[in-house]
Amino acid sequence: MPKENLDPNFAGEGIYRENILDHYKNPHNHGEIKNPDIKFTENNPLCGDVITVNIKLNGSKVEDVKFRSMGCAISQSAASMLTDEIRGKTLKEVKNLQREDIVNMLGIDIGVVRTKCATLGLAAIKNGIKEFESKYTVLRERKNGKIQN
Amino acid sequence: MEILWFINVSIKMPQTKQLMDTEKIRKDFPILDRKVNGKPLVYLDNAATSQKPKQVIDTVKDYYENYNANIHRSIHKLGEEATAAYEEAHKKAADFINADFDEVIFTKNTTESINLLAYSLTNNLKPNDEIVISQMEHHSNFVPWQQLAIKNDLKLKFIKINREGLLDEKSINETISKKTKIVSLTHVSNVLGTVNDVKKIGKLAHENNSLFVIDGAQSVPHMPVDVKKLDCDFMAFSGHKMLGPTGIGGLYGKKGLLNKMGPFLYGGEMIKEVKFENTKFNDLPWKFEAGTMNIAEAIGLGAAIDYLNKAGMDNIARHEKEMVRYAYGKLSEMKEIEIYGPSAEKRSGLVAFNVKGVHAHDTSQILDGEGIAIRAGHHCAMPLHSVLGIAASARASFYLYNTKEEVDKLMEGIKKVIDVFRQY
Repeated sequence: MPKENLDPNFAGEGIYRENILDHYKNPHNHGEIKNPDIKFTENNPLCGDVITVNIKLNGSKVEDVKFRSMGCAISQSAASMLTDEIRGKTLKEVKNLQREDIVNMLGIDIGVVRTKCATLGLAAIKNGIKEFESKYTVLRERKNGKIQN
Repeated sequence: MEILWFINVSIKMPQTKQLMDTEKIRKDFPILDRKVNGKPLVYLDNAATSQKPKQVIDTVKDYYENYNANIHRSIHKLGEEATAAYEEAHKKAADFINADFDEVIFTKNTTESINLLAYSLTNNLKPNDEIVISQMEHHSNFVPWQQLAIKNDLKLKFIKINREGLLDEKSINETISKKTKIVSLTHVSNVLGTVNDVKKIGKLAHENNSLFVIDGAQSVPHMPVDVKKLDCDFMAFSGHKMLGPTGIGGLYGKKGLLNKMGPFLYGGEMIKEVKFENTKFNDLPWKFEAGTMNIAEAIGLGAAIDYLNKAGMDNIARHEKEMVRYAYGKLSEMKEIEIYGPSAEKRSGLVAFNVKGVHAHDTSQILDGEGIAIRAGHHCAMPLHSVLGIAASARASFYLYNTKEEVDKLMEGIKKVIDVFRQY
């Protein structure tokens, strides 16, 4: 039988702490960036949540980040906190962020089902970086004459 | 995208006595004693899967402890007993929907049943032949037809739903025509709860020389279903939604049609004689049951059917109607709630809704804190949700063991959801 989780923060509305609802109500970094270096949309097929992130780089560092999303309180507030967190970080540092980092930001544990919600923003950012880097590699190799056309 | 906000009229029903001895029934379901987050479990996710009575659990255990053996091939005592029990389960499943013994094939579930059909039936179709489904289908009666239509250059047409959440009469008549070769429809919508008049639509399909398939996943567990009365050509259902184990379901087909269809899976058991050059296939229903089947699960389904028969499908349907009237009435009294689908009278025992401005996941999570299990998401019906103009909904679905007290707990939980999100 699965262990009953008796952490009061885990049960029901305990998840919906003030800080989470605050971020949900007034998400930080909401919106778009003109001519972003990275733009990526990710969705959660389980619930139809969608998020689009825009990132402006300064060298290899995140200079600015904005997001727009439609989803539950957990996915929205996690995206709000995460975008605060990554500003000023290098792409390498951002790529190293894990589920546990999101859990720490939210200050609550999340079940296996809600993990998808909480990490939706992170997935969008990571996949956006991946896409950017593969494009960047192609550009660099083309410049160096490794790819012809 | 058309956005439909269904207007819900509150129905005042007289408080009547519950028709079933739910107290006695609940004692048969060990899981209902469980606490979730320190509160007694209120299980309202029956459309996803039902709970299992100890009679079913014990039957499966008994098989493994006392007569586990492969069927139809082992000439020893255990093999005999297992074969007899498996065939008995076949008979129970066939009788349950008033089919003949050789007309019900065991599969994994509704999804597998419809895949079997879609692959087999589309083999005989020509490019531009038409298949008709509806906007309210579960993905299991949607994606197989869609993909085979793409692969074989067939046309897939959709019967629209109207503002009430019923199949639109005009659309039914416009969509089904002489070009239609297969009509495949859900009997009961797993989101709207709508009970479709499948008998009437089946008649129209047959008048157009089309085959008629029913997705019975949400009807067979909840109401008396008689394939002869409905005159459908095929019907699919899942055991796990009707008190049975997971991994066992059924496909009914008229004998003449099943005989004409080639096997879906090749291998052991489905053969009569195998030579180096060719193979003679087995008789119905074994022709479609290749390899070692889910024997324990099939026998468990037999026990589930016994249980349902004992409770009486008429009684179960009446009890669920009573539950849905009560829940629908309570939900529609709240201005913060939006309900999807028709009035209680036209629906089976489920209600999909949203607390306005709150994502269904958040609703479900807060209810979980109260020990209440509902479903949140698109319920494997994304096209329908796009027609409704919503990303997700919350759904409470009832079964024979649910009580009005549980609906009251649901309502208390929903008030909590509203409180948590009130400021937004």
